[in-house]
Amino acid sequence: MSVSNKTISPPKPPGPIEWVRKNLFNSWFNAILTIVSLVIIYFLLKALIQWVLFFADWSPVAKFPLLFMVGQYDRNELWRIGLSASIFSVLMGISWGVWKGLIQGFALTLGGLLAVVALVPYPLDFLTIEVRLLLLMNVGLILLGYWFGRATKPRSNYVAIAWVVAALIIVVLLLGLGNNRFIPHVPTTVWGGLMVTLLLAVGGIVFSFPIGVLLAFGRRSSLPVVKVFSTVFIETIRGVPLITILFMFSLILTVFLPSGSRFDRLLRALIGITIFSAAYMAENIRGGLQAIPPGQVEAAKAVGMNSLQINLLIILPQALRLVIPAIVGQFISLFKDTTLVIILGINELLGIGRSVINSSPEFVQLQLEVYAFIALLFWIISYAMSYSARQLEIAMGVGER
Amino acid sequence: MSENNNEQPMIICRDVNKWYDDFQALRGISMDVYKQEVVVIFGPSGSGKSTFIRCINRLEEHQEGTIIVDGIELTHDTRNIEKIRMETGMVFQLFNLFPHMTVLENITLAPIRVRKWKKEKAEEVALQLLERVGIPEQAHKYPAALSGGQQQRVAMARALAMQPKIMLFDEPTSALDPEMIKEVLDVMIELAESGMTMLVVTHEMGFAKRVADRMFFFDEGLVVESGTPDQIFTDPQEERTVLFLSQIL
Repeated sequence: MSVSNKTISPPKPPGPIEWVRKNLFNSWFNAILTIVSLVIIYFLLKALIQWVLFFADWSPVAKFPLLFMVGQYDRNELWRIGLSASIFSVLMGISWGVWKGLIQGFALTLGGLLAVVALVPYPLDFLTIEVRLLLLMNVGLILLGYWFGRATKPRSNYVAIAWVVAALIIVVLLLGLGNNRFIPHVPTTVWGGLMVTLLLAVGGIVFSFPIGVLLAFGRRSSLPVVKVFSTVFIETIRGVPLITILFMFSLILTVFLPSGSRFDRLLRALIGITIFSAAYMAENIRGGLQAIPPGQVEAAKAVGMNSLQINLLIILPQALRLVIPAIVGQFISLFKDTTLVIILGINELLGIGRSVINSSPEFVQLQLEVYAFIALLFWIISYAMSYSARQLEIAMGVGER
Repeated sequence: MSENNNEQPMIICRDVNKWYDDFQALRGISMDVYKQEVVVIFGPSGSGKSTFIRCINRLEEHQEGTIIVDGIELTHDTRNIEKIRMETGMVFQLFNLFPHMTVLENITLAPIRVRKWKKEKAEEVALQLLERVGIPEQAHKYPAALSGGQQQRVAMARALAMQPKIMLFDEPTSALDPEMIKEVLDVMIELAESGMTMLVVTHEMGFAKRVADRMFFFDEGLVVESGTPDQIFTDPQEERTVLFLSQIL
């Protein structure tokens, strides 16, 4: 008997009617469940859409769009925020061109979001032609940066340096310099809204990540002092709620700093968020470090690499890839936790929402609309982070190699 | 068989003792390996053969005795350890390739970072080595896309890229499917015939017969018997050697 060498093609996927029959109506019980669910979904959606379009009064949001975006930042100096955003867009584009798949998800998500908002086919008061053009310009800048990155292929070190320089420029731009005629000082006390939320989130992420990496290695260190310090730091911070850390930071710093010296409130909040996030980051990363098989270290040792090289080139890249989902989850919660800085009197997005509500009796009736708007903004950005990170995982082949 | 007896041996081990807690893994091992010699170590599992070979490049630490590799004594001095590791390549049972790097990056990593070669030179050498182990077309793939035999050949190329004077093999074919063992052994045979000094832990007796200069039989942390393959296979002196050979041949 000879063995048949013929291969057969896999079964065809079912058509839509077949799919519905097999998945939604395959038994009496499931058919009833399907119908009941559909009815519930119909009424919920109907109620939601009716509320959003006809019953809700969006005037608190529509009247103060700038307040929600940038707080009370000097209205004559708004160009500085726009320029900062443009710098960010260009660099995002260049990074996409240079690091390709690693950044692509983030760049496309950002560009897509901006484009969607710019092209909303519905006349909204605050979406003036200028604002729409500005948003589209940023989309253009991302694409321009991408083209530039692809065409000139700058070395990735240079791009990294450009990010650091850009961050400094943005800080100087937003803060201003003394009594300068071109960029006068804009105190952080008038900063607010989405801008502050994003600054705190990005700052917290950027600073807590390296500190977390160091703490994770520190906790595994064979040097007792480093190990004990890292462990105590991590466990102490993790044992305290963020809101307490923010409070304590405010108080401790005022006690220890020489009287008269002023320590910026926003910076205090940023430091509090950073050390809080770093402790959790450290444990996430440590989980990844522990998952690397010892054979990897042995192979690296066997070719003569020193421990710094082994940690940076062999262990860390593999560990980070393993813990991307955990890290992203933590970044998202950090982003939402920035709302707690409200207790330091900083008017981030939620704080602005509350002050708008309290600004007039008629707005108090419209709390729901304000909170819904803020929730939507948070959701969009959180989901964008989550989606971009998923693209990053795909680009890095997580779970494949 | 060591023709260069008047020369200083590449590896000198004297009375090496090692314990894991209370368990003595190595009991007074002494062995010299001369330049261009191929030495095969075999024995039952748990006999200390892997532990011993891993002491040579300090993946394990011996507690008593002396190990001198290429004139450098293994002590706690990290610089000496790194120097010795640069001179000794090692191939592992489970390959231990770096999964986040392509084959080419796996091979060029250490020459670039440790030997401080230019990237171009390292890649040129790497491609020659891939040619030598017979898989030049896999250079830009990731290890996970390769078969076990191919991965092990990449691992050999990675070790050879540092241009070591000594190659250590820790059961290089034990984790391979039968049809892949030969492709790995062929490379090892070619390497032995090219004059590489090799210390090989293996149960591949065909390989030993063909290229080994001397063989050491380990059991319970001791060198039970040593000699040329001829002596070991045709005239073993110790009962334990006879018993073990009868089980694996």
